Amino acid sequence: MNASADQQGSGPPVSFTDAAVIEAFKSIPDLLARDAGLIARGALLDVDCLLGPTVQPFHIAIRGGRITALVPAPVLMRSWRFSYLASPGAWAAYWQKMPPAGWHDLLALTKRGEAVLAGDLHPFIAHLQYFKDVLALPRANGFGGAA
Amino acid sequence: MTAFIEPIVGRYVHVEIGGEINRIYFEENGSGIPLVCLHTAGSDARQWRHLLVDEEFTRHFRVIAFDMPWHGKSNPPDSQYGTEYRLTTASYTATIRAFCKALDLEKPVVMGCSIGGRIVLNLAIDHATEFRALIGLEAADFQQPWYDTAWLNRPDVHGGEVCAALVSGLIAPQGPEVARNETLWGYKQGGPGVFKGDLYFYRVDGDLRGRVGEIDVNACPLYLLTGEYDFSCSPQDTLRTAAGIKGAKATVMEALGHFPMSENPTQFRRYIAPVLHDILERQGRPKEATR
Repeated sequence: MNASADQQGSGPPVSFTDAAVIEAFKSIPDLLARDAGLIARGALLDVDCLLGPTVQPFHIAIRGGRITALVPAPVLMRSWRFSYLASPGAWAAYWQKMPPAGWHDLLALTKRGEAVLAGDLHPFIAHLQYFKDVLALPRANGFGGAA
Repeated sequence: MTAFIEPIVGRYVHVEIGGEINRIYFEENGSGIPLVCLHTAGSDARQWRHLLVDEEFTRHFRVIAFDMPWHGKSNPPDSQYGTEYRLTTASYTATIRAFCKALDLEKPVVMGCSIGGRIVLNLAIDHATEFRALIGLEAADFQQPWYDTAWLNRPDVHGGEVCAALVSGLIAPQGPEVARNETLWGYKQGGPGVFKGDLYFYRVDGDLRGRVGEIDVNACPLYLLTGEYDFSCSPQDTLRTAAGIKGAKATVMEALGHFPMSENPTQFRRYIAPVLHDILERQGRPKEATR
């Protein structure tokens, strides 16, 4: 796993390390557990998906809007319906309290080629705002302490 | 009566478009130069409510915002229920021109956002002499698609929720929360298939690449303004478009996204006031008019 420094040009305009991004991603289930409103919005959602940084994806089980399992990939012969994987720098930028333009939305990241969406997209699209908000939960603390 | 009543007045005008009468809902306030405002795809004219009550602007402009047929309080034309709605360059252009004619507007200014910004470019190409000035917000001759519009209207996905969730990322995070929520509410209220039908114009029928070079800003001034957080019609898309139009003015608006007039009205005012001021100056009006 490589440490990454400040990015220039078209790269993410924030400081990050892969390890810090992975740790922040692992905090999402606990952050979600404290957000009753967001859980309620996912109340009808049961899905197994593959989410996270490209350098360390996670198999995530969602039941009734709660994340009931988060397991580092690969897991032998584990299935998932859809995946959303983004570069560590993209997550770092997305999690800024005031994310920079072009790094502020999951689909902005796919458009700029920093994230890839794959598989059966129905559960993702049908709960699009839920996934945007769940995956933005580390933003509340401002990733890396930056604004 | 003690309650506050806004000065906006809403009425219906019967407009013949494509051989059929359309009952068009419009709101207006102010007097002076007609300023016709076009809403974004899949929403309605409520997006303009802050501009409509701006005391400085309405002192010199008759600000008018109308719901396109199929949107807001303008129903589909009677013969079109049950058909698939598809906006085209021709039908959009015809609707705007017919609306302006129905209200006897003399050389109005037209300001449109998103699809409204795109059609403004077409008005500049084909009908420049009918207008006093044209303003395109989040406007470009073309932009790269970033999702499949087939998701917008299908029985196993809630249309209102998915339309709002898709465009939520086009709103800059700096805007007031209530304004951002109100902007999304418009999308949650759209009729089934209407956003998708609007995007037929945006994605398929309204590609203006190779045509904007025909625009003569001496015949009609053209202003282009795009929010830095708009990744659908990005600042680069607008600047590229403006570079192909001799004399066009392009501005990148900070802390704004794809819905500047509704997502952060105060911030938008900082950018649109100089444009309206410039238009007034060209008419020989007082300089302080829109300060």
